[in-house]
Amino acid sequence: MALLRVDNMTHFFGGLRAVHNYNLVLEPGHIVGLIGPNGAGKTTVFNLITGIHTPTSGNIELSGHNLIGRRPHETAALGLGRTFQNLLLWRHMNVLEHVKTACYSQLEYGLFGAFFGTPKRHREEKRITAKALHLLETFEVSEFRDRLVTNLPYGVQRRVEMARAMATNPKVLFLDEPTAGMTPDELNRMIAIIRDIHKQFEVAILLIEHRLKFVMELCERIQTLVFGEIIAEGAPEEIRNNPQVIEAYLGREDVT
Amino acid sequence: MQLFLQNIVNAMQWGSFYALIALGYSMVYSILMLFNFAHGDIFMVGSYIGFGVATALLGLTAAFNLPLPGWIILVMTIILAMFLTSFVGMFIERVGYRPLRDAPRASAAITGLMIGIILETGNLALLGAERLSFPALIDTVTFQVGGIYLTNKKILIVVVSLALMSALHLFIQKSKYGMAMRAMSYDFQAVPLMGISINKIAPLTFAIGSGLAAAAGILYSLAYPVLDPYMGVLLGWKAFVAAILGGRGSILGAALAGFLLGFIEIFSVWIFPSTFRDVIAYSVILLILAFRPHGFFGQAHSTQLRL
Repeated sequence: MALLRVDNMTHFFGGLRAVHNYNLVLEPGHIVGLIGPNGAGKTTVFNLITGIHTPTSGNIELSGHNLIGRRPHETAALGLGRTFQNLLLWRHMNVLEHVKTACYSQLEYGLFGAFFGTPKRHREEKRITAKALHLLETFEVSEFRDRLVTNLPYGVQRRVEMARAMATNPKVLFLDEPTAGMTPDELNRMIAIIRDIHKQFEVAILLIEHRLKFVMELCERIQTLVFGEIIAEGAPEEIRNNPQVIEAYLGREDVT
Repeated sequence: MQLFLQNIVNAMQWGSFYALIALGYSMVYSILMLFNFAHGDIFMVGSYIGFGVATALLGLTAAFNLPLPGWIILVMTIILAMFLTSFVGMFIERVGYRPLRDAPRASAAITGLMIGIILETGNLALLGAERLSFPALIDTVTFQVGGIYLTNKKILIVVVSLALMSALHLFIQKSKYGMAMRAMSYDFQAVPLMGISINKIAPLTFAIGSGLAAAAGILYSLAYPVLDPYMGVLLGWKAFVAAILGGRGSILGAALAGFLLGFIEIFSVWIFPSTFRDVIAYSVILLILAFRPHGFFGQAHSTQLRL
């Protein structure tokens, strides 16, 4: 059974059809890429599935739970994690705090504990700090744990954002242009990290990306979105050679 | 010199009131990007709730002949009034601000003004125009230390205020709710995707701010035991000035600016006739703002766009 299943999802912003009949079947542990020109509706697809917007019509199911009409904090609780194209980090909080904040619902203490510092709260904080530190290691950002994110290089910020998304224990991870603004070195590092977390946490991934090298290398399957519609879906080689994709998306660019 | 130290003591007392109230403005601003202009009136409501709780507790003590000393009743009054007033804050958030979360900021601002007027006139309609006098729960004990006159009440006011502020600081820096609040001060989009419900954190912020205002109200009533429905107006505006002076959304700034305000006011009375107090004090603050328009700890991020 598919982990995440989207059927005929359509969304209008006023009179503008942003997404039309979008379908997705994401199996556990798979990595699917979503490519397409700017303004094709890729980020809107993410926003619709994670509950930031509610689709005009269609169905979304995550391991049997209907996601339509659920608010973002509920979809997060059910197992959706995501990063953002423009890095929504909390600039004057440090790296460790980012990851710990994302563990909010796993910290099992209430207001009483928060106000009066019960032993239970200290136990919980300790447990979550250990978990957070492990995540910082996985994403190779341990050395920055006490630094404010606003002072960190862009590539590091990207990794912090991913660590934060993974801290919510997602079953499905949405990555919105994880390599935007990265140097080639950082890019290779990112490929290695995504492979690593994919193996380590057995998380399914849907990623939006512009760098085809990255998508081709990581994804089992690729969807091409143009004007809100999937014009092609298949294995990397099929997409690379699909004339429609080449025309609509790649133009004359060299596909490598 | 003695007079100077005496003034410091008085400034600390007034600063405590301003700081406790200013924190409420600042907390709400930092996460919702709006000033809750009804906050001064929540201070007033908190004082009245404190009055009600204290009267009820005194009545109970008398009726059942309980051997409760005044200071226990005072502590219970502060705790209970803070608790009850926090619900007033949550209610205001729910009916007044939540429906307007995506509305233009100006609408949210007049909401605060309207709620303030409703609280003032509602109180007037309910309890009448007569001023109430807050029961004297503890006797004033005056003692002299090196020529400075201290009263047990002044010490209590400053100590309780500082304790509450430290507790708030720890709560915001260390607890998961505090971290969620700080995260919410940056964005509303990523925060829910961390499993945090904005509709839980926003009322919590109002609740804490209102609780602190209630504490300020009772402490204020200890020093100036006359309650009237408009008692929160001027004090609220002054605390609002402190919140801006501290830097919009900065908790530490609000507390420090609250105390600074107390100092400026008290020391202008030391030098000038007392009728000049506010003229001098607020001219000084205008001057400070001219040089530091973002306040002490104001950061550019507090003017960011919010989705």
